[in-house]
Amino acid sequence: MKKSIVMEKISKGFMIASIVVVFIMVASIIYTIFKRGFGCITWEMVSSVPKGGFYIGGEGGFLNATVGSVYIVLASTVIGLIISIPIVFYLNVFKSQKSRLAYWVRLAFDILYGIPSIVYGAFAFSLMIYMGVRTSLLGGIIVITLLIIPILMRSMDEVAKNFPHDLLEASFSLGATRLETIGIVLRQIAPGIATATLLSVGRAIGDAAGVMFTAGFSDSIPTSLSQPAATLPLSIFFQLSAPQAEVQNRAYAAALVLTIIVLVISLLGRFITNRFSKHKLN
Amino acid sequence: MMAVTIISIAFVFVMAIGLYFKSIPILEEHSLWGLITDSSWQPFKNHFGFLPFIMGTIWVTLLAIMIALPLSLMTAIFLTEYAKKRVKKFVFPALDILASLPSVIFGVWGTIVIVPLISDNIAPIFSGEFSTGYTVLTAGIVLSLMLVPILVSLFVELFSTVPDDLRAAAYSLGATRWQTAKNVVIKKSLSGIFASVVLAISKALGETIAVLMVCGCLPEVPKTLLDACYPLPALIANNYGEMLSLPLYESALMFAALLLFIVVIVFNLVSRIILKRIETK
Repeated sequence: MKKSIVMEKISKGFMIASIVVVFIMVASIIYTIFKRGFGCITWEMVSSVPKGGFYIGGEGGFLNATVGSVYIVLASTVIGLIISIPIVFYLNVFKSQKSRLAYWVRLAFDILYGIPSIVYGAFAFSLMIYMGVRTSLLGGIIVITLLIIPILMRSMDEVAKNFPHDLLEASFSLGATRLETIGIVLRQIAPGIATATLLSVGRAIGDAAGVMFTAGFSDSIPTSLSQPAATLPLSIFFQLSAPQAEVQNRAYAAALVLTIIVLVISLLGRFITNRFSKHKLN
Repeated sequence: MMAVTIISIAFVFVMAIGLYFKSIPILEEHSLWGLITDSSWQPFKNHFGFLPFIMGTIWVTLLAIMIALPLSLMTAIFLTEYAKKRVKKFVFPALDILASLPSVIFGVWGTIVIVPLISDNIAPIFSGEFSTGYTVLTAGIVLSLMLVPILVSLFVELFSTVPDDLRAAAYSLGATRWQTAKNVVIKKSLSGIFASVVLAISKALGETIAVLMVCGCLPEVPKTLLDACYPLPALIANNYGEMLSLPLYESALMFAALLLFIVVIVFNLVSRIILKRIETK
């Protein structure tokens, strides 16, 4: 056989091997989390807050963490959208594709996107100390908002970049101002906004390092913005570091809940992309 | 609208300045060079040596890249050059799942699967000593898995920008698929591959919770793959509670955050500028 054909076979073997490795790893993660989680999960864990001696094996569940996560994610997603939609709109309608400013803004967001959440957390924490604010739900919301704005902005911008300029010109020629075209732009990039939102929700709910400093941790469900709030990833982390098997089991159950939430969000995102990109204009 | 846009750019600078001001106290007391080359970490005795943490970060990151790079490169070539639609239908969702899982889940998986694997099976082969399983190797494996989806999606994007004419030209000269992939597709996207790796490194540098859960958290410079390590993000995350007890301690952790911030920004800047140049070509 010729050398090139042998090389072809060998390299193809390596490729298939690496795909198989990736598959096995994904399967292993999902299998481990599901098997451990379903083995431990009880209704009490999902539906109650920690009771006395929770971290040394006492009764209760991690509802405080689930609710804390949901509060933080919902609030920060809404605030994030309110801030990032105008930016996307400004870059794509008010600025031309070759604008220098737009280039630098996009680069700045790429960089913000790359900053680790632990750095956001540390920065926000020192800011909070400076202002005399204690760890609270509000702090968590602010950090997660900062964290997801670049995600939201980048993925919406990706869709908005391909926005057909004919539509804009048609609307301008009818006498609409640039601000008035926002309705048209929004309708065209709606599926982009939806997927961006889901993407950022997925990132926000799984983030632990950012909220560690800012939202703190508490055993009860927060009733105001100034109270500390527990989050699912942190709850998993703290419970898993406990030596007792009962506490660790609850960590596995919480990990299962978190995984299911994230998988549902990611499936939903896939569904929306497939569904709506079929009917898109361009 | 313009104001919101400008404010968000300014935020990068505000963060840099904020972190710098917070780390001034420690920089006044110790020299920068001393901080990053001293290997003794005893905050209560006023020893702040960041070398163990810096080395831990470098070890874990390099190992993760060394595992993830060949895996992702081969996967991406297979997906763009070889795979039929049917195969892609399975592989892309699997990568999507991997990308969407929170890092704490990787940490849980690492402690359940990889830690016992290393302490029971791998460590006894290479060293006679007992290993807890919380090692550089564990952290590297877990981290590499988090990098694979990022790298593959960047590579697939890169390879699809290579014009099909070039492939057709190579085939018509009698090149095999692998020869085409190696000499045309990879060669054409070399700068992009470099940029993607730099981007992945910057992601790996900042990864906190998954690494923290499996790294062992021992403030010593690791000597082998089977030693425990203590990367910078883990240091910051682990001490957030105690750091208010000593004024310099807080400053030291903020200095760690500043170090991380600067390295990540430089890496990001380099890779994004290269990638943007490829995109507009």
